[in-house]
Amino acid sequence: MPDDFFIRRRRRTFLLVSALTALVLASIAITQYDVGRGFSSFLKALLWGLSNFYPDAGSLRRLPDILQKLRDTVLISIASTFMAALFAMVLALAGSRTTRIHAAFTVIARGVGSLFRNMPLVAWAMVLMLAFSQTALTGFLALFLGSIGFLTRAFMETIDEVGENVVDALKATGAASAHIVFQAVLPSSMPQVVSWLLFMIETNIREATLVGFLTGTGIGFLFDVYYKSFNYHAASLIVIVTVVTVLLLETVSNRVRRVIM
Amino acid sequence: MALLELKNVSKHYNSTTRALVDVSFAVGEGEFVSVIGSSGSGKTTLLRCINRMIEPSGGEISFGGIVLSGLRKRELRRVRTKIGMIFQQHNLVERLTVIENVLHGRLGYKSTLAGALGRYTREEKRQAQEIIEMLGLKDHMYKRCDQLSGGQKQRVGIARALVQSPRMILCDEPIASLDPGTAKIIMSYLRNICTKWGITLVISLHQVDVALSYSHRVIGFQKGAVLFDGPPAGLTPARIAEIYGSDPVDMVAPLAG
Repeated sequence: MPDDFFIRRRRRTFLLVSALTALVLASIAITQYDVGRGFSSFLKALLWGLSNFYPDAGSLRRLPDILQKLRDTVLISIASTFMAALFAMVLALAGSRTTRIHAAFTVIARGVGSLFRNMPLVAWAMVLMLAFSQTALTGFLALFLGSIGFLTRAFMETIDEVGENVVDALKATGAASAHIVFQAVLPSSMPQVVSWLLFMIETNIREATLVGFLTGTGIGFLFDVYYKSFNYHAASLIVIVTVVTVLLLETVSNRVRRVIM
Repeated sequence: MALLELKNVSKHYNSTTRALVDVSFAVGEGEFVSVIGSSGSGKTTLLRCINRMIEPSGGEISFGGIVLSGLRKRELRRVRTKIGMIFQQHNLVERLTVIENVLHGRLGYKSTLAGALGRYTREEKRQAQEIIEMLGLKDHMYKRCDQLSGGQKQRVGIARALVQSPRMILCDEPIASLDPGTAKIIMSYLRNICTKWGITLVISLHQVDVALSYSHRVIGFQKGAVLFDGPPAGLTPARIAEIYGSDPVDMVAPLAG
């Protein structure tokens, strides 16, 4: 019965919408969130931001300082991304359905990936701070571990997509596993791998700012210092500089992506 | 002596589905053998068992006097260098150029490092070029494979097999995804390879007429067992009907082939 089908479909949509509405209302009730005040204070914060949180002439004098810290942050992000990519690639090759030696490796690689990925970066930084105190190394390692988690998963899926066809063909010629990985699997997955790398660098620059608050390094530290000393103009300059950097990087990586596809 | 010999080869994926049942036949040097049968009759499984891409469950396969079943990985790789393979989906690295894909056929002969880095000798490159020219792909030598047509890709696949200097080539439905005109070109290249180079061909086919007009010998498969084995002349319409079966159950057979 076609009529029946449409009635059932409408009923299902109605149920879904009511369930979502109930969820939202329940959340608001439990957390005692005042929706009206939420909106009005957001407006207030916005007005405060516009009247205080902007760079002035005095803050511009601090630009050289800021740029130097920014450079450190960018370099740490790039270094940690590439180091993580190396380890993630090994894990992904071991775990991908296409290249794995045994199914157990998939479970292991997925496990390591999930563990590193699902632990918040800030938590990593805090744990690592116990061992390495407030140094750039702590920030580097936190980004490194988080990136391993994410990239392992991304690379594994990329390699899975390469599929068994090419691998089969080279296996049939008598090629060894190393040959297959370097001559077929990596060339086939290169565009996606580079794409993920660029994405990870962008993400890490944003994350590095946050991690810097805690580890007292890089641009995040500088933001923290200015913010706590009520120098909102300089702090806002840092935000702007970071956003511009990430946007710039995004533009560059988009162009790179188009070239290598 | 036969180049390839199968004795009571069987393959089952689980206790109920048997892909190959007690298959025995021998192929002589320079023979052009077609394997026909409906989808799921075990053609692909058979071809893949021959070079142990699929591990047979029982029986014995020997190639050039060497029994394959007991071989270690390294020894198996050495035997595989002498057996080319051509696939329905071409199975090329689409992002690499024609010549790079063709040279992949040499990997089996290379050390781990040289192969991983893709360091081929001048002689290997010259040989690859010669084969590419022979297959009419000279103008496409440095083109990426994702820019080629289906027929051109399949010729790259043939070149990759030939550069191995194989004694035998296994072709798994090489023309199934090509239009009739292109299929004809590919089939005549394959016949040339057999007659001029003396390379043995075992080819699984969907099209009975193609099998009849190109091969020395036809092996008909049904439900994993050999139903017919002989020259094309012996393959009467009745026999063909038997191989493809009029049983409607066959039409929904699992797509193992």
